[in-house]
Amino acid sequence: MLYPKPETFITNMIPNQKYFPEEDLKEYSTMNLGPTHPATHGVFQNVLTMDGEIIVDTEQTIGYIHRAFEKIAERRPFYQITPLTDRLNYCSSPINNMGWHMTVEKLLGIQIPKRVEYLRVIIMELARIADHNICNSVIGVDSGALTGFVYMFQEREKIYEIYEEICGARLTTNMGRIGGFERNFSPVAWSKIKKFIAEFPGIVKEFERLLVRNRIFMERTVNVGPISAEKALNYGFTGPNLRAAGIDYDVRVMNPYSSYGDFDFDIPVGTNGDTYDRFMVRQEEIWQSLRIIQQAIDKIEKIPSCEFHTIAPEYYLPQKEEVYRSMEALIYHFKIVMGETDAPVGEVYHCIEGANGELGFYLVSDGGRTPYRLHFRRPCFIYYQAYPEMIKGSMLSDAVLTMSSMNVIAGELDA
Amino acid sequence: MASYVDEPDSFSGKGFFATSFEKAIGLARKNSIWPLPFATSCCGIEFMATMGAHYDLARFGSERMSFSPRQSDLLMVMGTIAKKMGPVLRRVYIQMAEPRWVLSVGACASSGGIFDTYSVLQGIDRIIPVDVYVPGCPPRPEQIIDGILKIQELIGKEQLRRRNSREYKELLESYNIE
Amino acid sequence: MFQVDKDIILLLEERLKLAFGNDVLSYEMSADMPCFTIEKNKVTDIVRFLFDDIECPFRFLTTLCGIHFTRPVEKLGVIYHLHCFKHNQRIRLKTFIPVVNPVIESLTPIFASANWMERETYDFYGIIFEGHPNLRRILNVDDMTSFPLRKDFPLEDQTRDDKNDSMFGR
Repeated sequence: MLYPKPETFITNMIPNQKYFPEEDLKEYSTMNLGPTHPATHGVFQNVLTMDGEIIVDTEQTIGYIHRAFEKIAERRPFYQITPLTDRLNYCSSPINNMGWHMTVEKLLGIQIPKRVEYLRVIIMELARIADHNICNSVIGVDSGALTGFVYMFQEREKIYEIYEEICGARLTTNMGRIGGFERNFSPVAWSKIKKFIAEFPGIVKEFERLLVRNRIFMERTVNVGPISAEKALNYGFTGPNLRAAGIDYDVRVMNPYSSYGDFDFDIPVGTNGDTYDRFMVRQEEIWQSLRIIQQAIDKIEKIPSCEFHTIAPEYYLPQKEEVYRSMEALIYHFKIVMGETDAPVGEVYHCIEGANGELGFYLVSDGGRTPYRLHFRRPCFIYYQAYPEMIKGSMLSDAVLTMSSMNVIAGELDA
Repeated sequence: MASYVDEPDSFSGKGFFATSFEKAIGLARKNSIWPLPFATSCCGIEFMATMGAHYDLARFGSERMSFSPRQSDLLMVMGTIAKKMGPVLRRVYIQMAEPRWVLSVGACASSGGIFDTYSVLQGIDRIIPVDVYVPGCPPRPEQIIDGILKIQELIGKEQLRRRNSREYKELLESYNIE
Repeated sequence: MFQVDKDIILLLEERLKLAFGNDVLSYEMSADMPCFTIEKNKVTDIVRFLFDDIECPFRFLTTLCGIHFTRPVEKLGVIYHLHCFKHNQRIRLKTFIPVVNPVIESLTPIFASANWMERETYDFYGIIFEGHPNLRRILNVDDMTSFPLRKDFPLEDQTRDDKNDSMFGR
């Protein structure tokens, strides 16, 4: 016979006092997923209201790296804004640079020769591969798989070497000029690009063997942080996050720029909008980018000329040999460097497919050397609003994975 | 017999090795730094490249990146610190235990960088004391490693009584840190 | 270049003028995007009309930003870019509001993405969006009193002493 032990009796019970856990009404706890994250993601804060391990609500605070790009841009001439655009999505800075150059070319009404457009396509697709490399390997790191990270960063080093051959810098590239590039791609750059295209598929296959059909990874990412297609559209999603939800909106296909219409590539689309779909869409986009780069190399080899810029002497700095020899080049050089050339009055909106989605530039010019107003349509800023809805009801570790699969880059979030 | 570090000045014989405390402790501390990467923006990506396999930072002793301030020695501030982030950085610094060192990586952390605006803190040395500045935008991984080697030099030569000395206390008071 | 289907835009212009008459103040084609300037009190109505339109529904808000003009008349403006996926048409809507009392209706009931974009516009210009669920500063520090992107606010931090303005060409 089992009797209750005397030491378990509660003596002097006070009325209306809760003594048993079932009587407890739900008590929510607050947890700060604060601005200082372990390494990767960037500085933004989420104060989570949790019921045990399940997340009930979050409150987001951003702006911890607000650098007032739009205000700085009102002070700088057009070619000095390119280093600012570098630092928007700094994992794939050449894409931002090219987007800005195309916006200014639209304002000025300059036509770009085909060869330059194909060169731009090669650079933009390389940058897209670099950004998706980081994002996918960081999803692996957040779920505990650190090996893929080290492999993919080695590949990023190879892409950095290609950037260094072309423009001199590794990360914040300031690549290209309004009207083309500053110099032709050297033979070393071409050999590095071709070597990269030849060797990279093998390494991507190794990375995929680690994670794509990995049971642990799939259990951690399937049905985690889902969002439906209608909600995604209403929240302004673009890019891989929207394509994972099922809508095939890609600015390269819908509003082709820089001769993307000449290339043959597919748009990968997911079904659920969950973390696994976002991972797979980015993985598949890496393969499509490799396809585009190969086609661009073939197309460039068929073009006989080796021009690398357009003929727009008022906006594109002439070559130094010309400046020493001819009077017109000297005058144009002086006018461009001293800032005497004015832009036409008008406003223009141009958007490109950045690594995270539709990166748009809204430029209002009042005729001076600096923009009157420059607004960046940053994809991260717009789709990060949907994060509370995506993680309601899931657990803390799922919240971390959802955040890293959305590829939120702090520079683009705060600008 | 492979040698991993240089011996400090010592007097040694069969079975013993005598040197001063400062040199021995300095040697141990400098080759086993536990850094806290406080990565905010683009310099953070260059730091990730420095941590990677190509420019390996672990060979200098920094194998374990600690993300808790209480358990780390070196605060590496990488990236722009905005005025909104300033109080957060100060709290992280105050939570670190002595001895602690600060490495400011990048132009933005050292002086505000290219962002001379109302919302960016023009250098973290306005709020916390800094030991080594690494300029660059972003600095190459070799430069970051150079900064870490200079920190190692500083650590190796530091006096044991420095953290209790009057000058150090005055330095902290000038920043309003207890 | 964005494709502009002139027929669709003409029909759209006619439908808008039919429904709203004088509230559509002007129409112009700037570069490659049709641009309508509209009356500030009718912003939500016009946007909902475009959202529910059958032939060319504008279901995607691309971006929303503010602007500050000082000449000839000082005014603040809000610029919307909308996108219709069905026909791949983009349009721009502009409204202008006075600086003294910058109040305008919020688009959050129609587009969920307008939430943070309107907070950013409030943070930069001080434009108050009526009906916004949570209108407070988003990017700047919370206790800031002035609106930084207006033309009269200086770019640099005025309290800094380590940079010499005369060297920077200011």
